[in-house]
Amino acid sequence: MSWPALYAQLVGANRHSTSLGKIWLSVLFLFRVMVLMVAAETVWGDEQSDFVCNTLQPGCENVCYDQFFPMSHIRLWCLQLVFVAAPTLLVSMYVAYRNQGDRKKLLQSSGRTGFLSSKNQEEELEALKRRRLPITGPLWWTYLFSVAAKLLFEVGFMYALYVVYDGFRMPRLVQCDQWPCPNLVDCFISRPTEKTIFTVFMATTSSICMVLNGAELAYLVTKAIAR
Amino acid sequence: MPHLLAETMDFVSETRCPRSLMGPRSFLLCYDATPKKCFSPPRSANLPEELLQPPPPLTPKEPGDPEPKMNWASFYAVISGVNRHSTGIGRIWLSVLFIFRILVLVVAAESVWGDEKSGFTCNTQQPGCNSVCYDHFFPISHIRLWALQLILVSTPALLVAMHVAHRRHVDKRIYKLSGRTNPKDLEQIKSQKMKITGALWWTYVISLLFRVIFEVTFMYLFYMIYPGYKMIRLVKCDSYPCPNTVDCFVSRPTEKTVFTVFMLAVSGVCILLNIAEVVFLVGKACSKHLHDAGDSSMGAWIQQKLRSL
Repeated sequence: MSWPALYAQLVGANRHSTSLGKIWLSVLFLFRVMVLMVAAETVWGDEQSDFVCNTLQPGCENVCYDQFFPMSHIRLWCLQLVFVAAPTLLVSMYVAYRNQGDRKKLLQSSGRTGFLSSKNQEEELEALKRRRLPITGPLWWTYLFSVAAKLLFEVGFMYALYVVYDGFRMPRLVQCDQWPCPNLVDCFISRPTEKTIFTVFMATTSSICMVLNGAELAYLVTKAIAR
Repeated sequence: MPHLLAETMDFVSETRCPRSLMGPRSFLLCYDATPKKCFSPPRSANLPEELLQPPPPLTPKEPGDPEPKMNWASFYAVISGVNRHSTGIGRIWLSVLFIFRILVLVVAAESVWGDEKSGFTCNTQQPGCNSVCYDHFFPISHIRLWALQLILVSTPALLVAMHVAHRRHVDKRIYKLSGRTNPKDLEQIKSQKMKITGALWWTYVISLLFRVIFEVTFMYLFYMIYPGYKMIRLVKCDSYPCPNTVDCFVSRPTEKTVFTVFMLAVSGVCILLNIAEVVFLVGKACSKHLHDAGDSSMGAWIQQKLRSL
């Protein structure tokens, strides 16, 4: 169970999304998950082993690292991506539930009339599976709720990242005086510039996704009002 | 076995073992970290040369290897097959399990605990002290406990799959006996969705109860091994061979606490989903019984309420 499996689950829901939703899914997987997997994880790979403090005191590096990095960027982004991708499954669950209800109705009606041959029935069931539901009624509410939830999670995680790391910039040097470090000790972070670049990149793509979600919300609401 | 011997050999070379017991190929077993508690194995354990060699490194399988791999992906394939015979709540539970537990474990939690032993530093240069203290305070790692929990919690669903397969087998035999050997009819049996009634209902409810029992047991185990669910920053250790009391520092305690609390919360959500599913099934069965019992107005009211849910 990893990112490709999640992608497979979400792509099924793609069929019932708006065009903005499809763009959002592509941006999510191409610019965020892919970049995280192939690039960001190697940048942060040696974050603790190369976190060096100007002291020989054992335990000082562990403690200082824990104080300045309560939660690593990589893990925050992984959780953000998991939470942001999950509301789409609400839509696919609703569609599956609707399809099940419609299939039952179809089978019942064909049973009653009795004139539909089994081949016709199979074709109808297949068409039911492959059709694209219009985004109206309860599906509209489910979809709206999922887009709002996505937006909320994005904003929440971005805010958490900003608050925990005091901005999107990675410092080169942190000064630490936690026990057991003797006095004030300089600790150096590995690859600060590269980490800053990737943090800014992920923040930018997150903002793009937020804008796409906002636009999708506006589109859904105006479409409903026009109807 | 060979890798255990190799580790034992490493351990023994750091303790002071009496010369008389050491021979060219003999070794001592010390389960407790004090030399007085070492003992020599029985004479028949004069092991051949090959077993004392370190084991060969595990080579990755060549691509296109016909042997199936045992990893989370194949586990996912096995368990998601059960999806078809679950209720709606069961499917939600399965999605929560895969996305918020297995996926988070694989992509995030495993890297947090990846350096738990190499990052565990003790304020001493005494060799062996690190290993002994780590082993004393972390008898089993969180990651392994979660992996075991996920496997044990998912397997009752296989009971249901087995029951469905058994029922299908029985239906096939009935069809064959009644002379309907049309392959299309047999195909229909395969693709038919089983209704959760009768013995299957009992199997399903028992599997749900087992899931809840396993979840609660693991949560309790976690609490017993790691009280308070919080990862401590510092442990004080005085096991042999550490001199006096030594400070040992755990790597990434805050991040570990965050993930422990997260996995616990999702575990709680899964317990609630399972209990809700049990209540739903029991309610459905009760309403069915009341409907079958007669046209009681109470039964009709309960049935109407359940339909509107």
